[in-house]
Amino acid sequence: MAEIQIKNVAKSFGAYQALNNINLTIADQEFMVLLGASGCGKSTLLRIIAGLETATSGEVWIGGKRIDHLSPKDRGIAMVFQNYAVFPHLTVFENIGFGLRMQKLPNDEVTQRVERVAGLMHIEMLLKRYSGELSGGQRQRVAVARALAMEPDVILMDEPLSNLDALLRMEMRAELKGVLAESKTTAIYVTHDQVEAMSMADRISVMHEGNIVQAASPIEVYRDPAAKFVASFIGNPPMNFLPATPAGAGKWQVSGQTFDGPNTDKAGLQFAIRPEDMAPAEHGLVATAKIVEPLGAHLLVTCQIDEAQFRVILDSDTVVKPGQTLTLAPQSDRVRWFDPETTLAVA
Amino acid sequence: MTDATAVGMSADTRKSGRYLYIASVAFLCAWVIVPIYFLLINTLSSPEAVNSFPKSFVPEFDFSSLQFFAGFEGMLTALKNSVIVALMTMVMSIIIGAPAGYALSRFEFPGKGLFRLLILLTRAFPLPLLALPLAVMFIQTGLDDTAFGLALVHTTLAIPFAVLITFSLFSGIPIELEEAAWTLGCTRLTAFTKVVLPLILPGITASAIFAFVISWNEVFAAAVLTIENRTLTAFLLQNLDTSPLHLKFAGGFILVVPALIFIFAVRKYLFAMWGIANR
Repeated sequence: MAEIQIKNVAKSFGAYQALNNINLTIADQEFMVLLGASGCGKSTLLRIIAGLETATSGEVWIGGKRIDHLSPKDRGIAMVFQNYAVFPHLTVFENIGFGLRMQKLPNDEVTQRVERVAGLMHIEMLLKRYSGELSGGQRQRVAVARALAMEPDVILMDEPLSNLDALLRMEMRAELKGVLAESKTTAIYVTHDQVEAMSMADRISVMHEGNIVQAASPIEVYRDPAAKFVASFIGNPPMNFLPATPAGAGKWQVSGQTFDGPNTDKAGLQFAIRPEDMAPAEHGLVATAKIVEPLGAHLLVTCQIDEAQFRVILDSDTVVKPGQTLTLAPQSDRVRWFDPETTLAVA
Repeated sequence: MTDATAVGMSADTRKSGRYLYIASVAFLCAWVIVPIYFLLINTLSSPEAVNSFPKSFVPEFDFSSLQFFAGFEGMLTALKNSVIVALMTMVMSIIIGAPAGYALSRFEFPGKGLFRLLILLTRAFPLPLLALPLAVMFIQTGLDDTAFGLALVHTTLAIPFAVLITFSLFSGIPIELEEAAWTLGCTRLTAFTKVVLPLILPGITASAIFAFVISWNEVFAAAVLTIENRTLTAFLLQNLDTSPLHLKFAGGFILVVPALIFIFAVRKYLFAMWGIANR
């Protein structure tokens, strides 16, 4: 059992507040992704859990034991680094077995465990090589194998795939997910790549300016963003926003159209919809097409509604020309509303 | 037409620039190599050939000068002293310099910039300025005329280089390697001995050899601080007026050769010291 609890963790570097009062619980065997733009504090949080950074305040618990005062080696964690950190003076075998040797395990057990994880990561044939003789992808496999060989309670990964090329990244993504699910370890994975986050995570914590804005399943983060930041960060292209004014109880006026919305007494809200949740119809929002990008699988149209920029994803067979007027009907169950003052979602 | 002239002119300028470049390189090489070559010729010639005129431009491969040098009274003792002092300097400057280099490369601490500047500033004081107070102090503490005392002074001279070289070596090793070692069960110390040390050992060796050469070549402090236990440089300086020409040449040769070989062996790391990337 390795449940991770992060309690009121804050970190400041001088006057700069990198993390504000983070609270997060990660269940045993859960795959948690910390997602955010660079500088949001996600790596700092990971390094605090690893013990490579000391929190200014707060507590970190792993498996019911407080570990924030322990050194990295005593925390039951293993870490995979962005630049692999494969030791250049050791063979792949000795790299993977490094932690086991430090634990003074008998030789045959080291050999057995190294061979097992090497098989898991498909690098059995590389065991005698040095890091200089490996490609980036192979080094990454060694780094993951080295972490797995420790059979840790928790595996921490800091943007492990970001130095790989796109195709390899996609391949490794699927493979990592499979291997980690099988190993039954709790995993925390830091990335700025939302596709990686969506495809691998059991749960995503979206971070922004040292705060966790939302921690939820990938589909929930996508469908029901808790704040405008999440809505505009996740999704490619992100959600569209239009200003809405009240038009009676539970009714809101958006660009001349009336929609059912939350029943609040706010002076104004923001109407939000994902680009793929719109379809041409007889009645709806009137938009002027500006840029038409055929992307193969679908058609991305950037248009204008009143003064606002608005993107829609249409079927690739749709014929649209720049300057043309479109009438777009939003799928009513996919419309979301945000409070422009708090930027939080309004139900 | 104007275009053609412009192109022609720039080609001309480039050509003459190239000649100037080659000539400068040739001149600088000659500046260094010619004296060493003469040293070589005269060392490998018989004492008679060295003292006669005109000089030959090819060595005779006669070892009588070197034999005379080896037989000269006190010479071998001086050679031995030189080696002992240089070895002590080498060990001390690494033991003191390498941790300083590690600290500079890995930790942020107040006054770091000033510390780096001060390290360089130790080379700003001319040795003659320090030699007299040092000599007095050494006599008071009984360190005068000992190999250890001289090695202390040479260590002071070598430390700035040891710190700078090791600083650049440590900086060349990603901190992630150490961090990875920590997460894999190492303490700071074992991470250092198991990961960092094997990686920088060649560079440390180079830095040590450089310290050796600094001590080996140093003459002023050696001449002032020793009387009985002279190093080779001080010994040759002392006997410069009175000794025959072939002895001077042989002594010079013995001094130059190890320094040349060592510097050649560690040149890669000396580049690294000045911040020129070597990998």
